[in-house]
Amino acid sequence: MAARLVFLGRLEDLAGTGELAVPPGPLEQVLAALDPALAVELLGERVRMALNGALLGDAGAVVLAEGDELAFLPPVSGG
Amino acid sequence: MADVRLLGDAFSAADELAAFTAAHPHAGGLVSFLGQVRREEGPHAVEALELKHYAAMTLPGMAALAAATEARWRLDGLLILHRYGVMHPGDPIVLVAAAARHRRDAFAAADFAMDHLKSQSWFWKREKTAKGWRWIEPRPDDHRDLARW
Repeated sequence: MAARLVFLGRLEDLAGTGELAVPPGPLEQVLAALDPALAVELLGERVRMALNGALLGDAGAVVLAEGDELAFLPPVSGG
Repeated sequence: MADVRLLGDAFSAADELAAFTAAHPHAGGLVSFLGQVRREEGPHAVEALELKHYAAMTLPGMAALAAATEARWRLDGLLILHRYGVMHPGDPIVLVAAAARHRRDAFAAADFAMDHLKSQSWFWKREKTAKGWRWIEPRPDDHRDLARW
């Protein structure tokens, strides 16, 4: 089983997919394996991250385990 | 207990409001807000709008907003409906209604819930015009609206 990245909003267009299965491990390592242009967008200061549905304050120390879902959330616009 | 729903299909605001009103006969006042897809003319007119949500967070976030609203004002009932998916001009997007013994609580609660739905709920919006689809970023106004609370 792998971990899963979820791309919301415009990030889905940039990634070309809404979800991506990745090998578990430190976030740094997971991002290093992606297209660098996408990784830069994912780390943008307006993009927030949520691990298994809970917002992360500091993403620096994230290590993805098997079955984890890490979502990248650009600024929202509802209503 | 609030009625909070995330809907993938069109809904009738009139039917929903009628049911909500009937469910709260002791409320002296009901305030509702309906947001719909704007109909426009001209080359920049929006032909369709799509709202995306994130299953792990969007509905739980709406439920938390409802709980915060109910904790802040004395309400008899609260209704929060929000669409996701593709919508067209005239389609309802969001319906918020608050029922209360006194009207000021109902006005304020509906206003508070709408401001937070607009700028703090987990939805991402894109619009289709003659030029194709375009993602919509939040407006500075949305954040100013939040600062009121």
